[in-house]
Amino acid sequence: MVATQILPFAMVILILFGLALDADSRTLRDLAPGLFWVATLFASVLAIQRSVAVETVSSTFEALRLSGAPAWKLFAGKALAVALQLLAIEAVLALGIIVLYRSSFEDPVLVVTAALAATVAIASAGSLYGVLAVGMGVRDTILPMLLLPIMMPVLVGATRAFGDGLGTAALDGWTWTGLLALLAVIYATVGALAYAVVIEDT
Amino acid sequence: MDYLGYLLGGWGVVLVAVAIYAVSLLRRGKVLSARVPADRRRWMTTDD
Amino acid sequence: MSTTLTRPSSTASEADVASTGSKLTRVLGIASLVGLAVLLLLAFVFTEPDQRVFDRGLDLDPLLTGQGDAVRLLYVHFPVAMVTYTAFSLNAIGSIAVLWKKSMWWDNTAAAAAEVGVLFCGLTLATGSIWGRPIWNTWWKWGDVRLMTTTILFLIFVGYLAYRRTMTDSQVRAKRSAVVGLIGAINIPIVYKSVDWWQNRTLHQQSTLRDRAIEDLTLFSMIFGMVVFLVIFAWLMVHRFRIGWLEHQIETVGLEAAIAERRAQTSAAVEDAVTDSRASAGSGPPPKTGMN
Repeated sequence: MVATQILPFAMVILILFGLALDADSRTLRDLAPGLFWVATLFASVLAIQRSVAVETVSSTFEALRLSGAPAWKLFAGKALAVALQLLAIEAVLALGIIVLYRSSFEDPVLVVTAALAATVAIASAGSLYGVLAVGMGVRDTILPMLLLPIMMPVLVGATRAFGDGLGTAALDGWTWTGLLALLAVIYATVGALAYAVVIEDT
Repeated sequence: MDYLGYLLGGWGVVLVAVAIYAVSLLRRGKVLSARVPADRRRWMTTDD
Repeated sequence: MSTTLTRPSSTASEADVASTGSKLTRVLGIASLVGLAVLLLLAFVFTEPDQRVFDRGLDLDPLLTGQGDAVRLLYVHFPVAMVTYTAFSLNAIGSIAVLWKKSMWWDNTAAAAAEVGVLFCGLTLATGSIWGRPIWNTWWKWGDVRLMTTTILFLIFVGYLAYRRTMTDSQVRAKRSAVVGLIGAINIPIVYKSVDWWQNRTLHQQSTLRDRAIEDLTLFSMIFGMVVFLVIFAWLMVHRFRIGWLEHQIETVGLEAAIAERRAQTSAAVEDAVTDSRASAGSGPPPKTGMN
């Protein structure tokens, strides 16, 4: 489950970074946005792998597909499930950076909005790539290799937005949130469209 | 010439890498051609 | 049906040679070698080091004085970068064609272009880094727009190639890798823009071609270099395409052989069954339907 496996993993990442960087608390505070989002991305890979594995094992996927639901609805359902898991993880990570890195949420509205947009983008792209990776023996290692380079603009945007929202950087976080929203729309759309093509022969 | 080391390094990397790749393509081509019957070797059609 | 090589007849002169070479590749190959030789002469002998001095007033930004002999690296860096973008564009076109027309020919082209593209992308990064060391004083500049974009491009297509290797069904592979390739291509302008906004400025040489202060021979050499490397690209593409095609043939031939074998087995089994039943009908108890 998310709670017993993926969440602890995300927290471990935060702690490992704290140990590895051996930094005073001010440096960690500055680094918090980046570390938060790297931990989230790693956790998202696990969450997506898990959601894909669950379906192939229980053959609910086959059942859903044969149910006649249009592909985009299948995609939306899947992406939503992943997104909710990610939001739960992010909530805990937020607590984590407050406690471990002394972050403070100067602009909570900005932080939450940016996180929502980024999460939709990650969940959408991730769900599509998750299905692309289904059915092959090498899927566990291929998913991060496919997904993470594509997530680079999300990473850049989310860390900048958080930099502003956590008060560690003099940036305009809302512009970056705009980019994140655009990415969310793009990946949701592309994901929904491509899903039909991809699940034809799963 | 200034920066000679960098120049040789940069140009060298490109020429050597492309040469190695070219040789590997030629070799792969020979091996594969030998395995395919002669009448199926032509690759010019655009339809499949 | 045999899948091994049979000695070809002497009438088929081109099919004699068990290789992917042909007249086309010989022409391209010779042109490449000659062109490279000329390019090397241009780069190292006939062009001058970049000794320009820009009068920008007291605040002399070191980037704005000529780069001396390091400009000679650009005569390989720029062409190699152009080949990279050409290769990945070709992959994007091929991916669209696969999804739209379901063309295996285009799938083969896309795969070949991706492989050659990854090689040249790596070389772009390498030559750029080697150029950057003396000029920028660093091997790597985080936040340089073109460097970041090219790096992500490299990772995307390394992933694409790895992904292709996980699938054995050629139809499925064609379709799925086309999706991956296209999403990768769509991402490039996004990545470019994000990094651009991130940094607002770039250490990267502003597009050299647009700088009219460059003397004619330098400009000519860069364009000539691009042409030479595009010819090399063509040579590599033709060979790589043919290799992919041969692999496809082997797959199909193998499949057909397996089907033919199965058919042969089945018809042999049927024949045996018929023969057996005839034999047993002759020597066994009379059939119940017969009149005795």
